[in-house]
Order: sequence, then C-alpha cells, then structure tokens
Amino acid sequence: MIPVHDRQAGLGGLTQQQRRRLQQRALLSLKYLILTVLALLFLFPIAWSLINSLKLPSEALAVPPTYLPTQIVFDNYSELTNYGNYGVAGHVENSTIVALLTVVGSLVLSTLGGYGFARFNFPGKNALFIMVLSTLMIPFQSILIPLFVMLVRFELNDTLIGLALVYITFQLPFGIFLMRNSFLAVPKEIEEAALLDGCSSLSLLYRMMLRLVLPGIVTVAIYAFINSWNEFLAALIFMSDQDKFTLPVFLTLVRSGLWGTVDWGALQAGVIVAIFPCLVVFLLLQRYYINGLIGGAVNN
Amino acid sequence: MKALTGSLSWEQRRKLTGLLFVLPTVLFVAVFFIIPLAMTGFMSFHDWPLIGEQSWIGTTNYSELANDRQFRKSLDFTFRYTLFVTPPIFILGFILASLVRHNIRFIGMFRAIFFMPVVIGLGVSSLLWVWMLDQRVGIFNKILLDLHLLDKPQLFLAKPSTAMNVIILSVVWKTVGFTMILLLAGLQSIPDELYESADVDGAGYFRKLFYITLPLMRRTIALALILSVIGSVLAFDQFYIITRGGPRNSTISIVYWIFNNSFVYWKLGYGSAMSIVLLTILMALTSIQYYVLREKE
Repeated sequence: MIPVHDRQAGLGGLTQQQRRRLQQRALLSLKYLILTVLALLFLFPIAWSLINSLKLPSEALAVPPTYLPTQIVFDNYSELTNYGNYGVAGHVENSTIVALLTVVGSLVLSTLGGYGFARFNFPGKNALFIMVLSTLMIPFQSILIPLFVMLVRFELNDTLIGLALVYITFQLPFGIFLMRNSFLAVPKEIEEAALLDGCSSLSLLYRMMLRLVLPGIVTVAIYAFINSWNEFLAALIFMSDQDKFTLPVFLTLVRSGLWGTVDWGALQAGVIVAIFPCLVVFLLLQRYYINGLIGGAVNN
Repeated sequence: MKALTGSLSWEQRRKLTGLLFVLPTVLFVAVFFIIPLAMTGFMSFHDWPLIGEQSWIGTTNYSELANDRQFRKSLDFTFRYTLFVTPPIFILGFILASLVRHNIRFIGMFRAIFFMPVVIGLGVSSLLWVWMLDQRVGIFNKILLDLHLLDKPQLFLAKPSTAMNVIILSVVWKTVGFTMILLLAGLQSIPDELYESADVDGAGYFRKLFYITLPLMRRTIALALILSVIGSVLAFDQFYIITRGGPRNSTISIVYWIFNNSFVYWKLGYGSAMSIVLLTILMALTSIQYYVLREKE
C-alpha cells in the first residue's frame, strides 16, 4: 500500500487537505495585506489634513512641508475664528441652522406625505406620487437660475430659511419614497384596530406609527443632514452676503486668501471642522446610511 | 377639523385626510421644483438680466449657444472627463467590492474606511486635495521628491492633462466607496451555491467572473455606471475649487459654464437655455437608466 502523502506529490509531503488549508491561509493573509495598504491610502488625506491642522501655523506653511509636527497645538483653529466678521464659529452656526431646518422640514414632510401615500386613497394619488418621484430624474443644477430669481423676488435670497426651503425640496423625493415604503411594511391590522377605537389619523401616526418606522426616519434625517451640510453650488449661488455663507463656501474664501495670504494651516483646520460631524454621524449610524443608499438607488 | 368634516362620511373623511397629509409635500415640490422647471424653459427665450427689463427674444439664446465656442469646449471637456473618470471608479469599485465581499474579521472596518470619503462634501474634499497638490506646500510633491521620482516640484494644475489626472484621482478617492457599496450589494445577492458547483467543475477565477458574476450583476453594474456617469456630467465643485477652470479655461465643465454665464455675467436667459440643453442630456441618460433597469429576468 502506498501511504497517502506519497500519492499527493509536492510541498514537502503534505496531504492535499493540509496543502489547501495552507494555501487558503496564505491567500487570506495576502487579502488582509492588500486591504490594509488600501485602507491606509484611503485614510491618508483625512489623516494628513488632521496632522497639519495641529501644526504650528508657521510650520503648516513650511516649504517643503514637514511630515510630522514638531509640536501639537490648536493655533490654526483659533486663527480660523478670526476670519471674516465673526469667524468660523458664525459659519458653523449658519451650516448648523440650515442643516437642522432641512432635517426637521424633510422629516415632517416625508413622514406625513409617506403616510398619506401609503395608507390613504384619494383622487389623483398616483399622479401626485409620480410627480414627486419624477423630480429624481431632473438634476437640481438645471433649475438653479429660476430658483434664484424666485428667492430674490420673495426676498429669501441671503436667508438661511430660503436655502433650507430649497434643500428640503431636494430631499423630498428620496424621503417620500423611503417613508412610503416604511409605512407599507407595517401590518395594516395594527392601525385598523386603533381607528375602530376612534383614534384620529394624526394621533395614530404620532402615537403608534412613528415608533414602527423609526429606521426610515433615522435614514431620512441622516441624508438630510449630510447633504445639506455638504452642499456647495446652491449655497454659493443663493448667498451673496458673506456673513450668511455656509461652512464650505466660507472655506473657499479662506483658500482664495481673501483675508491675506492663503493660510493653509487654518484651511485644514476648517476642513477638519467641516468633515467631523459627517464622519461622526456616518460612523454611528452607518447601517441606516448604507441601507438607505442601497434601497434608494436600487429601487428607484 | 371635526367641525369642518362633520357632515362627511367616514370614507370621504379618509380621502380628505390623505390629501391633507400629502399636500405640504406636493406644494413644496410644485413651488420649488415644477414651477422653476417650467420657468427655466420660459426664461430661455428671454434676454433676462439681473436688474432691468426682461425681453422676449425667441430662440436667439439657442442660436447664440450654437456659436458659443466655450460652450462647445465645455461639452467636449465634460464628456471627456466622464469618459476618463468612469472606468477607474468602476474598476476600483469592483476590486474593493470583491475584497470586502465575505464577512471575514475586521471587514466592517475596512468597508467603513473605503466608504468614508463619500460622506465628506465634494467642495470640502476639493479644498483638501488642492492643498495636497500644491507645488510648494503640497504633500504629493514632497513625497515624489523624497522618493526621487521627481527632480523638481511639479505644477500639477498647470497642464490640462495632469490637471485632469489629479482631479480624477481626487474624485475616485471621494466617490469610489459609493460604487463599491452598490456592487457589494449585487455581489452578495449571487447565491454561493453557484460558485460551489463551479468549483466542483474546476472553473478558475476568470471563468467564474465572466460566466457567473458579471452576467448576474448586469443590472447592478448598469446602475453603478449610470449613476457615476450622471454625477460626472454634473461636475462642478472640483473644477471650481481645484483648477478654477484653468489652465486656459480647459477645465470648465457644463455646469461651471452655466454658473459663469448666469451668476458672474448675469445672463440669466442665456444660462437657462444652457440649462435646458443640460437637462436634455440628463433626461436621455436617466431614460437609459430606467430602460436598462426595467427589464427583469
């Protein structure tokens, strides 16, 4: 009889099974190696920005740049508070107000609208639903000119409310779509019992349904926040008063050296301030964000 | 509300309530989307300065558009940019999706890291990249010089070809996570048994890729491609911030040229005519998207 391992030639007399296991382990290590290298490359820009925001302002301007800071200080951040009429804090406040208005507005409208489209029958329902969703096909970039003219007419340009109204509208198709699906997923029997007990539609929505569609609500809120916090073009067009600039538009002024030479350290401090809330929201609630992305993109 | 609806039947009350629930949304969409959309068309037939009288000028804006050399340059540039940026996003997205497909240890962390740039604003990421690309304080020149791959600092943004390449690099970093997640969802919907039986038949990696993975992911791939194409056709932030349209107006995208005409030169009617052209291009692209995604197996 021939011993098993003799029949399996190659690799120092290992059995085929052992060989395959070894091969798999090597492949897995290689995969982790590639993943780690790629992850470092992806993290690099953010990490590099963070490192530089913590350098001394003079060191952040060094030519050629230094790799690591000689000391870690927050001077770039405090310098940023002196730009413009009320510094970075004022623009963080502008962005926060616009983002909160957008979040609250799109939540209220998408919840009411999603519930209405999911649970009620009324004439013209399908036409209205298609009208709302069809705006997904139209890029907002192509209607910015009349929007600007309208906002000027209603004296809403240069106001945070005006910008938020536009952002809420941009969020609605996605919000309505998502909330309608969330309500459709709730079993009808739950409501019917409450309605028979004489509960009004609005209090039913408020008391029972909201808890059942919470994942949808969280998703709509995250998207409203991140999109309005990051939006650049509309904010650039609708705001001409520098004091009303949102954070990204304000940072382009820092970059263009409006207040003296370009202060790269302060700019990177600003970049970190702008990135931070988005990363926190994403890392804490990424399940909702990703599900929204897949659900929204694939089903549209 | 009780007083108002008291005389109505329960059925009718339900109808009215439903209508009231969707009314705010419908109003918002009508006022801030449908009306502006119609107005874009209306304005495109006008000479429409910011201050002063608007006047009807028929199709003059459109005929002017045909002779606008920069507009044609912008169309050409935008399509070339789209053509060049889409393959790297898709290919890297596919590689990343394949790498993070199986639930091995720490995979959630890797997925999150690759996706992280997606939640950063494109404007802000462009501010980050323009600094990294700077000739004097930028890290790219520093690293390339230290590795002796360059002998003197490069002005990456001074030549049209290198400007295009570095912008593509920045956009791939910023958006590839999105494509990765879409493709990952597609990959994970393929049943493992298919691969197992292919393994039994002794099929290699590429055989499985071309006979199982790619055919079954047709819809997801089409979706990822079309979304990436639409995003590229609408590109603005990266050119406005990183290259400022330069060198020599070579990186002015369509949206950028609309922006300049409308909000720098204040030719709002002319900008509207260009917006209608942009809209037409985008509608064509989304129609393709809906057409491809509609056919179900």
